[in-house]
Amino acid sequence: MSDVIARLEVLKTYKLYVGGKFPRSESGRVYEVTDSKGQWLANAPLGTRKDTRDAVLAARAAVKGWAGTTAYNRGQVLYRVAEMLQGRREQFTAEVATAEGLSAKKAAALVDAAIDRWVWYAGWTDKVAQIAGGANPVAGPYFNLSTPEPTGVVGVVAPQRGTGFSFLGLVSVIAPAIATGNTVVVAAAADAPLPALSLGEVLATSDVPGGVVNIISGRTADIAPTLASHQDINALDLAGAIAVEGPGAAAALEASAADTLKRVLRPAEDQSALDWTDAPGTERLLSFLETKTVWHPMGI
Amino acid sequence: MSTLAANAPGAAGSGLADVAASEASLRRFLHGLPGVDQVGLEARAATLGTRSIKTTAKAYAIDLAISMIDLTTLEGADTVGKVRALCAKGRTPDPSDPGTPRVAAICVYPDMVATAKDALRGTAIQVASVATAFPAGRAALPVKLADTADAVAAGADEIDMVIDRGAFLSGRYLDVFNEIVAVKEACRRPDGTAAHLKVIFETGELQTYDNVRRASWLAMLAGADFIKTSTGKVAVNATPPVTLLMLEAVRDFKAQTGVQVGVKPAGGIRTTKDAMKYLVMVNETLGDDWLTPHWFRFGASSLLNDLLMQRQKLTTGRYSGPDYVTVD
Repeated sequence: MSDVIARLEVLKTYKLYVGGKFPRSESGRVYEVTDSKGQWLANAPLGTRKDTRDAVLAARAAVKGWAGTTAYNRGQVLYRVAEMLQGRREQFTAEVATAEGLSAKKAAALVDAAIDRWVWYAGWTDKVAQIAGGANPVAGPYFNLSTPEPTGVVGVVAPQRGTGFSFLGLVSVIAPAIATGNTVVVAAAADAPLPALSLGEVLATSDVPGGVVNIISGRTADIAPTLASHQDINALDLAGAIAVEGPGAAAALEASAADTLKRVLRPAEDQSALDWTDAPGTERLLSFLETKTVWHPMGI
Repeated sequence: MSTLAANAPGAAGSGLADVAASEASLRRFLHGLPGVDQVGLEARAATLGTRSIKTTAKAYAIDLAISMIDLTTLEGADTVGKVRALCAKGRTPDPSDPGTPRVAAICVYPDMVATAKDALRGTAIQVASVATAFPAGRAALPVKLADTADAVAAGADEIDMVIDRGAFLSGRYLDVFNEIVAVKEACRRPDGTAAHLKVIFETGELQTYDNVRRASWLAMLAGADFIKTSTGKVAVNATPPVTLLMLEAVRDFKAQTGVQVGVKPAGGIRTTKDAMKYLVMVNETLGDDWLTPHWFRFGASSLLNDLLMQRQKLTTGRYSGPDYVTVD
């Protein structure tokens, strides 16, 4: 037998990540994802408003369990995510390289930075209460203690611009929200959703409970306004709201979110100039917290 | 009350007059009913569940479903306060929109009937009471009849009775038949009117679809005004195939006797989508005649909140959340 039949490559069907499962879009539709030069890479599910609603249901259902987990345990779970990411480093490097048009070397550096950022946020889980809360001095025989509690369900518009946006940027917006006990529904970057969809696969095999992170790919102009107007979402991170006008523009989303009194984190003025490798600081970490203050009579 | 008379055992002119004359004739009749095609039934129910109902049709269906709900609380921990709160919710399901229809009935245990009746004064909302040693039905007949009469005396408009599944499964059909007839008699009020009688089969315990068909005919022959799937207290409650089967039995019974009987699926119906599937089944199997709260009901508690959230979505365009409906 001299004829060798060329092997057919097995292509991956990318799917949404909702409630710990991998559904296709309710619409049954997909869209083409290309690399930075316009070459076809894969078909991603075209998530709809209904998919977003389902994701919010899943996120809401997961709040109680995740927020109730001890901070120490949450840290361990997040560290486990970093371990899983390390094992998938090559895959993410390839996806980041095509998504952002980078060399393999630069892409690998970004993926390493993203893994390190998970570890960094994993370390924060049991330390955030010390910087966001504490004992308040009061004039009376009482202890007065403030503790930070998670806001609840956070809608996240994933970064779409800036150095390292496709994966490092994504990690930099998801990790701080869930580190403090929130659950998130993420609108993945419309043009570069593959690292986000693959991150779903990593989360599913870590110890993160289903529903804590939900990832929807599709048109930002469909998904982001649904997140902004949804009455069961408590906060909104507009990191990747790049539209200048229309319902997906940051100002419109903020106005829509105001109707239901959501906390809103505004996007950067010039998103293209962002460098996600910069030290993140604690702004995002402290953005989705509510302060609970209790008075307790002092013992004699 | 001509329908009541016609609905009495052995409806005249239908050829079913002497079916319940003896244990043997009743058994012969029930076992002579055609067997159920399980695969066909489940496929049909699944197909009817795939219809897409949108926009104005959806708005209509949501309002219809709300008006068909028997809002239920059947917990050992029920208090007077909880029943009053539930009645208030039945009167005004969505305080932010006075246009929301009211529910059909409030369903409670017999000892809560007076409370519910009082809280619903001035409305057309019915008070339904479970009776006959609900949910197990394991009590002597006099106890069951006293339970029923007590609920009726307290003012119940509707009685939800459970059949004796033990007797049914061991083939003592006439016992079950006579019990339904006796309870029906206990539903009479001194002024000559009677409380509506719903007969619960607890289909999750009847094992086979053939049994569900037999139980349906048995109850209708005995004079049930409504047939109801489940108590909501066992693992398997209302399912689309079982409900479809009962709808078909009701259709065939009307064709044969001219008597219309209502259907109430209960338990496990929690979402608007589920409710729509049932409405589609009713429309396709029985038609408009049954698409009113008078002939079709949902036994549910959490369904109402989901319907209200969907209703709010349709009016505001924004997805609603559990923070915007009451916690029951």
